[in-house]
Formats: sequence, C-alpha cells, structure tokens
Amino acid sequence: MKNETHASVIGNRKNKAVVETVAQIIFTICATFAILAVASITIYMIVSGTPAIFKVGLKEILFSTQWSPAAKTTEPSFGILWVILTSIIGTTLAILIGVPIGILTAVFLAEVAPKKLAAIVKPAVELLAGIPSVVYGLLGIYLLSPLMYKLELAVFKGSGTHQFTGGANLLSAVIVLAIMILPTVINISETAIKAVPSHIKAASLALGASHIQTIFKTILPAAKSGIVTAVVLGVGRAIGEAMAITLVSGGGVNAPLPFNSVRFLTTAIVSEMGYAQGTHRQVLFTIGLVLFAFIMAINIILNKILKGVKDE
Amino acid sequence: MKNRLTKVLALIGACALTVGCMTGCGNSNNTQSSAESSVESSTVKDTVVENSAAGSSETESSAADSDTELTGSITMIGSTSMEKLANALAETFMEKNPGVTVSAEFVGSSAGIEAVLNQTADIGNSSRNLKDEEKQNGAVENVVAIDGIAVCVDASNTVKDLTKEQLADIYTGKVTNWKDLGGSDTPIVVVGREAGSGTRDAFEELVGVKDACTYANELDSTGAVIAKVASTPGAIGYASLDAVDDSVITVALEGVEATAENIKAGNYFLSRPFVMATNGEIEAQSELVKAWFEFVLGEEGQSVAATLGLITID
Repeated sequence: MKNETHASVIGNRKNKAVVETVAQIIFTICATFAILAVASITIYMIVSGTPAIFKVGLKEILFSTQWSPAAKTTEPSFGILWVILTSIIGTTLAILIGVPIGILTAVFLAEVAPKKLAAIVKPAVELLAGIPSVVYGLLGIYLLSPLMYKLELAVFKGSGTHQFTGGANLLSAVIVLAIMILPTVINISETAIKAVPSHIKAASLALGASHIQTIFKTILPAAKSGIVTAVVLGVGRAIGEAMAITLVSGGGVNAPLPFNSVRFLTTAIVSEMGYAQGTHRQVLFTIGLVLFAFIMAINIILNKILKGVKDE
Repeated sequence: MKNRLTKVLALIGACALTVGCMTGCGNSNNTQSSAESSVESSTVKDTVVENSAAGSSETESSAADSDTELTGSITMIGSTSMEKLANALAETFMEKNPGVTVSAEFVGSSAGIEAVLNQTADIGNSSRNLKDEEKQNGAVENVVAIDGIAVCVDASNTVKDLTKEQLADIYTGKVTNWKDLGGSDTPIVVVGREAGSGTRDAFEELVGVKDACTYANELDSTGAVIAKVASTPGAIGYASLDAVDDSVITVALEGVEATAENIKAGNYFLSRPFVMATNGEIEAQSELVKAWFEFVLGEEGQSVAATLGLITID
C-alpha cells in the first residue's frame, strides 16, 4: 500500500514532467507557425516586390504621378504617388467620419438607449459586421453612385475642365469605407465602455455630474484604451479593403480630390493583376510591398500610442 | 522495365486478337473491318510503347485507349472575354467525348499565355494577338474566331452614330459633352477597362488612341463596364459584342451597325482575334489537344462560335 502510493507519486511526477515538456513543445510549434507565416509573407513580399524597384527606380515609382504601365507608343511609367495619397487621404477621411459616429453609437448603446431599443440596434450593428464587402460595393453602385452623380452635376455645372465620373469618386469610396468600419468601432468601443467599473460612474454621478458629463468626462476617458484598439482595427479594415471600393471609386489614377475618379493601393493591385505581365506585374507586387509596409508602419505607430495610453 | 512493357504489349495484343476473333464470329462484313482496326490499333500501340520506353505504363494504356475513344483532360486558362466561347466549345466537346474533361479558367489573356508557357495549362486563351516576346518563348498563335468590340451608351442617349474621329475625341477628352456630337446637353462619362486588358488594348489600337485615353472610370471586367454604362446617364463604354445586352444602346460606327454580318464582311473596324495559344505547334501537342483543335477549327466548333456572334475562321 505504502509502496503503491510512493510509486504513484513518482509516476505522477514523471507524467507531469512529460506532460509539461510535450505541452511546451506543442506551444513552441504553434508559435513557430505564426512566426513562419509572418516571416514567409514578409520574405515573399520583399522578394517579389523589389525587382521592379531596381528596374524602374524607387523614386520613379513612389514620387511620379504618371501611371501608364502598359503603354506601347511611349515609355511605360509606373508612378503611384496619386495612388498612395489616395489611400492615405481616403482612409483618414473614412476614419474621421466613421470613428465619431461609431463611438457615439457605442455610448448610445451602452449608456443612453432604453433596453428595448438597444436590443434591436445591437443585433443590427452585429449584422452589419457580417455583410460581405462586395455587397457594400454593390449598394454603393446602385444607391450611392446615382446620388453622387446628381451632386457632381450640380457642383460642376458648366465646368469645362472637370471630367465627369458618373458618381464613382473618392467621396463615394470614403462613405462606403466609413460605413464598413462602423461595426468594428461600435462593437469594440461598446465592450470597452461596458467594462468601465460601475463605481467610477457612481462616484461621478454622486459628485453631482450630469449623465452626459459623466459619459464624456469619466466613462470615455476610462475606456480610452479599448476605444483606441477599436480605432486601430478600424484603420486596418479601411486601408486593407479592396472589393467594396473597387466598385465605387472609379479606378482612374488621379489626384485624390473629392469628385475625382481615384484608385487606392488595394484596388490598383486587384484591378490590374489579371492581365498584367512583365514589369507591369512586378510593379503591382511592389505596390503590394508598399501597402504591406504601410500597414506595418501603422500597426507599429498605433501600438506605440496604445501602449502610451495604457501607461498613463 | 522493358520486360514488363513487352509483357503488357503482348497482353494487349492478345486481347485485341481475341476481341477481333470473337467479333469475327458475327457476319463477314464485320470481320473485315474489325480485323483492320485491330491491326491499326496494335501498330499504334507499338509506336506508343517505343515512345514511352522511359515513361510509365499508365500513360501507355491511356494512349492506347485514345485510339478508340478520347479520355483525359484539357486545361484552358486565359482571357475573360473568351469565357462564353471557351465554355460553349468545352460543353459541346465533352458531350461528343464523354471521357474527356475540359476545364477552363478565366483570369486574363497574359496570365493564360504565361500558364501555357509554364505548362500549367494545355491552352492559353488570349483575346489579342500574341506579343513577339511571347512568340519567342514558344507560344503559337491559333486564331479560332474573331470578336467585334461594341461601343455602347446608356438607354437615354440620342446619339446613334459616331465616326472613328469622334470616338477618338471622346476618349482623349477633346469632346466632353454630348451636345458637341449632336446629342443633348449632358457631360460624357468615359468608361473603359484597366491597363493590360485585351479589350482596352484592342480598342485603343483600333481607334488609334493608344495610351492617350483619359478615362473617368477604369473598370476591371466587361460586366462592370456594361453595368456602369447602363446606370449612368451620358456614359460611353466599350465591350465585347457578344457581352452587350439590352440594358445599353450599341452605337453604329462610321454608319455601320455592330452586327456579326458587318464584322464578317469587314466593314466594322472594331474587331479583334480570339486566340487559343499552344506551347509549340498544334502538331506537337498530345492526341487530345490535336483532337480539340480539329473540333474547334472544324465545322462544329465554328458553328458554336457563330451562335455567339463571333466571326468564323474559314
């Protein structure tokens, strides 16, 4: 009996040690997969994106505004400055429109809305997140573009220099993007607001602050870190989106003005990959590399900001 | 290996002889033909065995089968403009030869030719003539039909006829309002395809506005062009003739309607070839691919092309 117990204790220890080691190995393997994926994507992007840089020249690609990759009568040129600026301005505008609406909706859902109304709005917002991006694009074509065209006709009436786009322009793309980031921003912000300890809110109210004062002076600052996460994910979604905006942005390579037909980094790759060949194809990979570098930079910068917020 | 091959050959030969003898027991007319065919098939097998001395016995048996009935698969990759033609031809061919699978992917002319040169596909579909660079790499241009490009405007447009010069002016941005072309006071929304598209390439070349176009919309598929033109007042676009539907109006060019008859007669200037490129001449391809081209360039294949509004190759 005593022996058995003794033996079992030893066995247990051995088993424990084995389980520990095996678990550690499994964890390491899983972690390696993630690292491998990131590393192989990075290497692939660099390997396939750099040949064109050497062939065409980095300055020529990044700072020239002339995009005529398949030109035969003239020297083909591969300037993507307008495309880069479009992505920056388009994403920024979408964030400027989408984030305030999203945060206020989250506040409404978490704090202001009657329970019955919140029970209707919340699932609707969640449903919005599940709609495929191509559907947003189709709605953009059939609902937004005709309205935009009317607006365009009114704004540029009699203009001899404006090229009419039929409602497919930067503004349409920004509106579609702003709507697309709403569910991400709303859901994460709402969770963050609900996670604010109730004693903070109670203390604020007890000190005589009104409900609205409490929301803006106490609850939102307390939920700051979660809201910043929401914005980061929103930016990620907006800059990486291709399908929806390829349908509403027009696709011309022009300066990113509201009523111009424009092309984003993502749509530039999507729209020309099918038929591109030679240097043209390589430059499309370079655009991918630029987009990749962009997203990396945004992630790193925003994460720094996020950490700064957490440290406060 | 060689021993095994001889054994297999002997076995197949014996089978063929047995079958020949058994049918021989029927009526005398049959005896003659089946004896002939068995002789033919055994000679074919001989050559196959010689050729595949380095290959496996599997390919040998499938090649032996192809003498009587075609089996195997053909892969086509290429132009989205050729989707309708390729699918229609594939369906008819597979109906005729139940043992054959013809699969087609539509990713773009250049991608198709690249695929056939990489040998990831048997046939590369291209809606433009092959470039010299591609020909140097071994691609052979087999024109199977000719396509017309239609210029279309939205249903409310009153302009029904354009000259080549007017078309060039519209696409280069010299003319920006329909009133200058005899229409209503509506701005022109210039719709086209993305750089690298076969349709755009053909259109710009045929109109003489190569690399000089200012598009308000650069869309990446034929369907998107038609949809955009149909839903935008004052829009003008171009697309394959067989892809244009009733949602838009097709404009006559130089007074010539975009019809199959006019394209065949050569009166309509916006037309381009549909190419099924192979890696090397057709004669150098597998039996199956040879049979495919025999079908496509033959009466049946051409009648399929004709039903799609394409010009046939005579």
